[in-house]
Amino acid sequence: MAASDYRERLEATLFRPLFHTTKGYYALVLFLSAVVAWGVYAYTVQLRQGLIVTGMRDVVMWGVYITNFVFFIGISHAGTLISAILRVTHAGWRTPITRMAEAITVVALLVGASQIFLDMGRIDRILNVIRYGRFQSPLVWDVVSITTYLTGSLIYLYIPMIPDIALMRDRLGAGLKKGIYTIMALGWTGTENQKHRLEKAIGVMAIVIIPVAVSVHTVVSWVFAMTLRPGWNSTLFGPYFVVGAIFSGIASIIIVMAIFRKLYHLEEYITIQHFKYLGYLLLVLNLAYIYFTVSEYLTVGYKLQVEEKALLTLLLVGKMAPWFWFFVVGGMVLPAILIVHPKTRNIKGLVFASILVNVGMWVKRFVIVVPTLETPLMPFDYGVYHPTWVEWSLTAASFAAFTLAFTLFAKLFPIISVWEVAEGAKEEAVPVAQVSEQPALGTWST
Amino acid sequence: MKGNRLNRRDFLKWSAVGGVALAIPPSLGALVRKQPARQGESLSKTKLRQWVMVIDLKKCDGCVTIDKPPQCTEACIKGHYVPEGQQWIEVYQHELPGGGTYFMPTPCYNCENAPCVNVCPVGATYQTPEGIVLIDNNRCIGCRLCMAACPYQRRFFNWGQPKLPPEAHFVKSSPEFPIAKKGTVIKCMFCAHHVVNGELPHCVSGCPMKALYFGDLNEDVATNGVEVVQLSQFLAENNAYRYKENLGTQPRVYYLPGHGEVFGRKATDPAKRQESSWPTEGESSNGR
Repeated sequence: MAASDYRERLEATLFRPLFHTTKGYYALVLFLSAVVAWGVYAYTVQLRQGLIVTGMRDVVMWGVYITNFVFFIGISHAGTLISAILRVTHAGWRTPITRMAEAITVVALLVGASQIFLDMGRIDRILNVIRYGRFQSPLVWDVVSITTYLTGSLIYLYIPMIPDIALMRDRLGAGLKKGIYTIMALGWTGTENQKHRLEKAIGVMAIVIIPVAVSVHTVVSWVFAMTLRPGWNSTLFGPYFVVGAIFSGIASIIIVMAIFRKLYHLEEYITIQHFKYLGYLLLVLNLAYIYFTVSEYLTVGYKLQVEEKALLTLLLVGKMAPWFWFFVVGGMVLPAILIVHPKTRNIKGLVFASILVNVGMWVKRFVIVVPTLETPLMPFDYGVYHPTWVEWSLTAASFAAFTLAFTLFAKLFPIISVWEVAEGAKEEAVPVAQVSEQPALGTWST
Repeated sequence: MKGNRLNRRDFLKWSAVGGVALAIPPSLGALVRKQPARQGESLSKTKLRQWVMVIDLKKCDGCVTIDKPPQCTEACIKGHYVPEGQQWIEVYQHELPGGGTYFMPTPCYNCENAPCVNVCPVGATYQTPEGIVLIDNNRCIGCRLCMAACPYQRRFFNWGQPKLPPEAHFVKSSPEFPIAKKGTVIKCMFCAHHVVNGELPHCVSGCPMKALYFGDLNEDVATNGVEVVQLSQFLAENNAYRYKENLGTQPRVYYLPGHGEVFGRKATDPAKRQESSWPTEGESSNGR
């Protein structure tokens, strides 16, 4: 009796946003679309006049587009951590947030990959990468790795969604929407055989996606690390980038989680415990990132080769110092304090820490890309780079597109996996002896 | 009879296996970078040229003593319709450890182990058998990874529509003689279109001090247009060096140390070189 009540309430809460649209929702979609449309206009200006409309020039020939690229590909690692690593380790508390995390991954990958298109001088020749692609080029590694990760993530987002899509198919009256859900549900009726296959497919994808995700941010870092440039010429870059990616990925989940919890009234399913557990994970990655940052700059700063010294001067005390120290204090130290301190280890504190982490990590990517390029390799003065309105417009449009895609996704599919949460609730009812077989993180109950 | 016949499933299976097997050897070859041939040994048999440039800094005064902008750069700009702001050969004023400065004309070094060639995703920049690094600007996608990879900052990007003199529009662009195109990378190519006809590059013939030499490692000869030297001996006796040799890029440009003393320039002379000019008018669309 109680179980069916729970199930009913669960479905009512999660399907509500799918069938009822508020005025606020339309306003948000309209606003985001307007920002994206402005970005499209800025891009037409760039297409017509060329990259001359950006602040990039021959010395600093990459700027905020590449910064955005690394940033978005970074937060795409959210899905891997939550839905793959936590699933493999049977951390039961992950269930209500897996879908959000995987959706972040897919949307961030799409927005991230498009940054490369924005940055290209000859977008009309994009097919040359397929026609003449050379595997010696780190950029081709990126293309292969990111498309693999995107394909895998789409599959991994879709498969666990099938039972929920079937639910919506059954709830809807005839119409276009029902037709689409019917096709997407692939004839799911919830038989034992189907469940068995679904679990198996999810299990395989959860493992396969982990090395792919690691490869993605590794080869993103190698675009830089394969060059003879101060600050980029580093053997540490692969793992440094992967840790940074998961760091910003967790922060993104915490922010998205808090927003949907509030807007969709999900307090029953997403609790303070979820924030705390993710907060601990964020802290672990935070400390790892501090460790990597120290090893990266100390090993270089101790020796002070000519160009490295010029770069460090620029970063630590020069023109770039405000950015660099903002990243160190605001992006790493302050969030760590907010998580560690019991008084701020609450939802507000953790969300604030996560926002700081994401802003800090964007700045960090900026100080990876730009100061290295500003450092002169030939006998001339430091280069300069001031992003223009076109670059800022396209950056704003990218963030708006990210939010918009997320908003639309949440309108079409339940943002929490209904069937998995329902099953999790059933499992909690079984005797304690069975539950305790799961690892420690999986044993807490609401 | 049936046993001998190839059914459709088997046919498809074996053609797939065969296709993969055929594709493996060439793709393996592509993964391994071509080893640069050892100088003078295997290449002399193929009778290929191995172009190099030698710059005698003893004779280079940055054209300050004749009160003109560097004439190598000027000749290059005119000869290649170089767009505003780009200096495919640029004369840097470099500081000396003991005080004072010297002038360092810097073309593309056409490195043997060229970092730019390694990273190009579409093979738009490549090395000719004669050792020149060319760019096919009809294939370049404008990703600028080669510019990030070049440790000498010798590559230029056409950020906007390049301003060209009218006659440039009649020239067909080729990797050996590229005409600047919007959204693509461009650089010095050792005047590949000239040397194939036995002519010297524009900068070499344009240098009033005859400080630039062009030559062939295999034939062991180089010339500045006036005198002809035995290359190996010329390099050895004048303490030739290559810029940032430690990077392992193996540049094809050698410098002979000096600061313009042949024309009476003292290292501590404060004279600053004059800025280059471009024949086209209007706002600069390139450069730093």
